[in-house]
Amino acid sequence: MSDSMAQGQPHPAVARSAAAEAFLSRTPDVIAPGHTFGSVTDKISGIVLTHRTPIGWFMGFAIAFVFLMILNVTIVKLLFTGIGIWGNNIPVGWAFDIINFVWWIGIGHAGTLISAILLLFRQQWRTSINRFAEAMTLFAVACAAMFPLLHTGRPWLAAYWLFPYPNTMNLWPQFRSPLIWDVFAVSTYFTVSLLFWFTGLIPDLATLRDSAESKWAQKIFGVLALGWRGSAQHWQRYETIYLLLAGLSTPLVLSVHTVVSFDFAVSEIPGWHATFFPPYFVAGAIYSGFAMVMTLAVPMRAAFHLEDLITMRHIHNMTKIMLATGMIVAYAYVNEAFYAWYSGNLYEQFMFTNRATGPYGPFYWMLIAINACMIQLFWFRKVRDNVVLLFILSLLVNVGMWLERFVIIVVSLHRDFLPSSWDMYAPTRWDFGMFTGTIGLFLALFFLFVRLLPAISIFEVRTLVPQAKLQAADHH
Amino acid sequence: MAHAPETALLHGLMAEFDNPTALVSAADRARLAGYTAMDAYTPYPIEELNDALGLKKNPLPFMVLMGGLLGGLGGYMLEYWTQVVAWPMNIGGRPFHSWPHFIPVTFECTVLGASLTAFLGMLALNGLPKPYHPVFNVPAFDRASRDRFFLCIESTDPKFDRTATESFLKDLHPLGVSEVAA
Repeated sequence: MSDSMAQGQPHPAVARSAAAEAFLSRTPDVIAPGHTFGSVTDKISGIVLTHRTPIGWFMGFAIAFVFLMILNVTIVKLLFTGIGIWGNNIPVGWAFDIINFVWWIGIGHAGTLISAILLLFRQQWRTSINRFAEAMTLFAVACAAMFPLLHTGRPWLAAYWLFPYPNTMNLWPQFRSPLIWDVFAVSTYFTVSLLFWFTGLIPDLATLRDSAESKWAQKIFGVLALGWRGSAQHWQRYETIYLLLAGLSTPLVLSVHTVVSFDFAVSEIPGWHATFFPPYFVAGAIYSGFAMVMTLAVPMRAAFHLEDLITMRHIHNMTKIMLATGMIVAYAYVNEAFYAWYSGNLYEQFMFTNRATGPYGPFYWMLIAINACMIQLFWFRKVRDNVVLLFILSLLVNVGMWLERFVIIVVSLHRDFLPSSWDMYAPTRWDFGMFTGTIGLFLALFFLFVRLLPAISIFEVRTLVPQAKLQAADHH
Repeated sequence: MAHAPETALLHGLMAEFDNPTALVSAADRARLAGYTAMDAYTPYPIEELNDALGLKKNPLPFMVLMGGLLGGLGGYMLEYWTQVVAWPMNIGGRPFHSWPHFIPVTFECTVLGASLTAFLGMLALNGLPKPYHPVFNVPAFDRASRDRFFLCIESTDPKFDRTATESFLKDLHPLGVSEVAA
């Protein structure tokens, strides 16, 4: 492992062509030169322990907190009144609640992709972005889970058909329903993501315990670090399960959005009932998730001066993944049109015409403009080098993916099989309160996370510095 | 560090290095010299130490496999029992034991069982959480989680001898050798 970790040192035995050298010299390193074990430790732990909190942090947290309070008000109102305060009504039985659920859970997927799948593929560049991407996953899944739970109206009364527990009515969940699969998939996903995230944190919490000056910080980090002492014996077991958890998370993350897509694909609604939904949804999830990682990474990198650790290499690679997965999503849009035409089914064809030219048509064309056309900008190196532009584009990608779920869910429902029951859907202010409220919750948690815990994995970044390479002469 | 009285129990002797190469070769030499009860402490995982210290393979992969199988089996049996025995219901004319519908939950339970076993198994085998350990008595040990590398030969080693082991460790050119009070 350590040999492959050495940076920027071409192996002398490999003679490279001038063109290859020129190409490699244009590829930025995953860590800026000149760092040592001590300097990376101080750089990352300093954000938590010693640095003054930037004023931008307080402002950002304050804004997020306002929206968090809006979420609280919305939830209280919802629990007292019922889900009638939302805009959804037959025929549009699913609207903001499910759009936002799918949107948030999709965002979470990039964190697991970075931490697990890129680890299995030995992609070193994952190392300085995996920690906060995993945190993003946890917070996004927490926001996502809130929507279906609150859609039940009074979740404590719904528990018996959501979770299998012996109740006085002797009733059990109905396991042939994709909605129950969802309960298992999302709760497993949250649990495993939490275990993976905390496992990664243990050695870094020990670092904070050992370098903290204040008694309170030492005590709190000491308890959280569980007495970790960096023993070689411990590291060996630790590495075993870290790899195993990565291997388990990989099929898990693919299964979660597959099951989410089953919520639609297993039904018989035109526009939902399609066998290609699972790969389409998984690609869309990773695409929107990387956009959110970019949205968070660009300001965090600037605010805490992390350009040495989150280098242009990371920014380039994330953009390329967005481009690749975005193209898969665009391909899926073409497929949807093709299926509608090729099926010869009246309702499928109407669904598609209604999507493109119906009352919600502009939303469809906006999502095509963003997810199929705008992302073509990512082909250009000039765009990939411009972090401010990338920040704006990644925000737009998040908008585009939200619109995609709006189009899939609302537009497929609002004109159903019987024209007499057709209706329009409009969200109420409570819908918006809940949606912006979860954004507030997500951002508030993220602000607290970057301030209170190491946002970059310290021990993994140590393996990237040149000192970590063993000198071959002394050891065989 | 403060010298413990002669009669006080000693956990072992600890040598401090400032780079991973020195630690790995020190561990190699200690193993070849016949020491068995020893451990190294590093700020990040060093694969080469596993061989240098002669660490045995751990049983975690097998435990995780068992945890996964138990989780999956439990999930499927829960579905079978609730849908076929406890509360059979006709859903769209499907058989009570409609196994394809039981796969997603079985899969999720497999992953959950395996992951919980991995996490809890690692903590259990490592004896964590453990708030007190003798190595924390060495003042320089604070840097084991930062940029220093330690090799500790423990007093339970049959070959351990207060003076001979200390001179052996000093021969490895460490930054320093300290006593670890028990």
